[in-house]
Amino acid sequence: MNILVCLKQTFDTEERIVVENGRVKEDGVKFIINPYDEYAVEEALRLKEEHGGEVTVVSVGPSRFEEAIRTALAMGADEGILADDPALFGDEYTVAKVLAAIIRQRPYDIILAGNQAIDDGSGQVAVRLAEELGIPHISTLTKLVVEGNQVTGYRDAEGDVEVVQGTLPVVVTAQQGLNDPRYPTLIGIRKASKKPITRVTAADLGLNPDDIRPRTKVVDTFLPKPKQAGKILQGELQDQVRELIQSLRTVDKVIG
Amino acid sequence: MAKNVLVLADVRRGKLRNVTFEMLGAAHRIADGGEVSIAILGHGVEALAEGLGAHGADRVFVVDAPELEHYTPDAHRKAFMECVRAANPDILLFAHSAVGKDLAPVIATRLGAGQVSDVVDIEGTGDSLTFTRPIYAGKAFTKVQVTEGKVVVTVRPNNLTPAEGDLGKAGQVEKLAVSFGPQDLATVVKEIVQKTTSGVDLTEAKIIVSGGRGVKSAEGFKPLYELAAVLGAAVGASRGACDAGYCDYALQIGQTGKVVTPDLYIACGISGAIQHLAGMSNSKVIVAINKDPEAPIFQVADYGIVGDLFEVVPMMTELLKKELA
Repeated sequence: MNILVCLKQTFDTEERIVVENGRVKEDGVKFIINPYDEYAVEEALRLKEEHGGEVTVVSVGPSRFEEAIRTALAMGADEGILADDPALFGDEYTVAKVLAAIIRQRPYDIILAGNQAIDDGSGQVAVRLAEELGIPHISTLTKLVVEGNQVTGYRDAEGDVEVVQGTLPVVVTAQQGLNDPRYPTLIGIRKASKKPITRVTAADLGLNPDDIRPRTKVVDTFLPKPKQAGKILQGELQDQVRELIQSLRTVDKVIG
Repeated sequence: MAKNVLVLADVRRGKLRNVTFEMLGAAHRIADGGEVSIAILGHGVEALAEGLGAHGADRVFVVDAPELEHYTPDAHRKAFMECVRAANPDILLFAHSAVGKDLAPVIATRLGAGQVSDVVDIEGTGDSLTFTRPIYAGKAFTKVQVTEGKVVVTVRPNNLTPAEGDLGKAGQVEKLAVSFGPQDLATVVKEIVQKTTSGVDLTEAKIIVSGGRGVKSAEGFKPLYELAAVLGAAVGASRGACDAGYCDYALQIGQTGKVVTPDLYIACGISGAIQHLAGMSNSKVIVAINKDPEAPIFQVADYGIVGDLFEVVPMMTELLKKELA
């Protein structure tokens, strides 16, 4: 089975965001595999263990993304592809076209990705990729079963679970709860350093940067107004509760 | 300049969700004199088409078919593209919900269009629109413009305001017949397991009662559900509570998990890790109940009670039962 995983490197979830000159500062930040993509990597490895085959990690981003790809290789993926040519960077429209161009050059049965990245949180790229490739997708899965050609995805839909069936090839996206990603072992880390990571450019993919130019632009980035710490209620617990409910009803008017 | 706007109605369990009216209100404002249309897709949904003129719709397209009973991207793409042909929109609005979030990138790709996701504010009208959206789950925000082509947007529930009063638009209902081929039925929904007990959905809830590690067990969520029932609230959880197995991951609020902006967020036994705060700190009013007075959650709370949630939450439930009776 040819298994592809789309992966993005993101800030660690515990990082605070600092904005300088209208941009998010990256200095000194700890980077991780986007947690949703990490579920996708883990699920890919489980599919490989069950069905055999190869897991290839595909990524579009700056050269620092290599570290995230190495982590996936240390977890057990077989090879990586990184499009780190700045001519290939842009918005979700661009990235989906670049991923599609990479993936069209290869055989694939299933493509896994996170349902969104924790930085931009737009949740577009994997779905756009499926549409670019002209194959179906099933998104936000908390369980995936592949039997022969048949794919069953358990989709988290606002708390309900939809059991969705389709056939390979397919794009599936991971929701948290899909699995518990493994940690790389020492042997895995050692092996990863010898696994291939191929870097690709616009020329390699036959893409004209003008054909994939972004459709959107960010005009400003800012922090929300800091929330003022409020009131710690005092006195007997019963009185605190009474005061709280009184305030919520009459001052804030958020309860009927 | 006038622009045509097409809204996808957000239908859940046979009803239009509020975000539908929020989108219509926004559509009316940004159309700048252009035509506002709404598409209603589903099975047995014709009755939902009535009265939408008051909310700002000039035209109401209905595609009613058994193939649309449950959401699948391919069948909904086929049906929605028929509405696009009929409405000829410049701007397309979807809810940032289970359906809208999934269908919007499909349509954007078909139209070769840019998409702005999870929008909380829209400034400007016609062809000069600026969208505000959270990044890092609300730790920061960006303002985004679409530079060319059609504009596809997903809108976060609870943030845009519906039109006030009756807009008196025609709301003319047009049924579209769509035939579905095998390629439109590439995936099928076999079964739906309804897990949300209260029926109040986290992302659209006006009030959320949320539990963390301090809830201590799955049974520990019981008083939270009782409080939620009195308030008509949804129940959420922190990653700590989900990782500990006290509740389903579907309830998780935070940078991984759902990002919510209710009117009232009641955090019970939640310490307030940065990744949780990112998912809820833009709520209008935050109440924190925690035994530890040093818990970071108090830094973002409007009201804090330092105490045991197993004492405080039942007291709140009892008092509210009396007051709201």
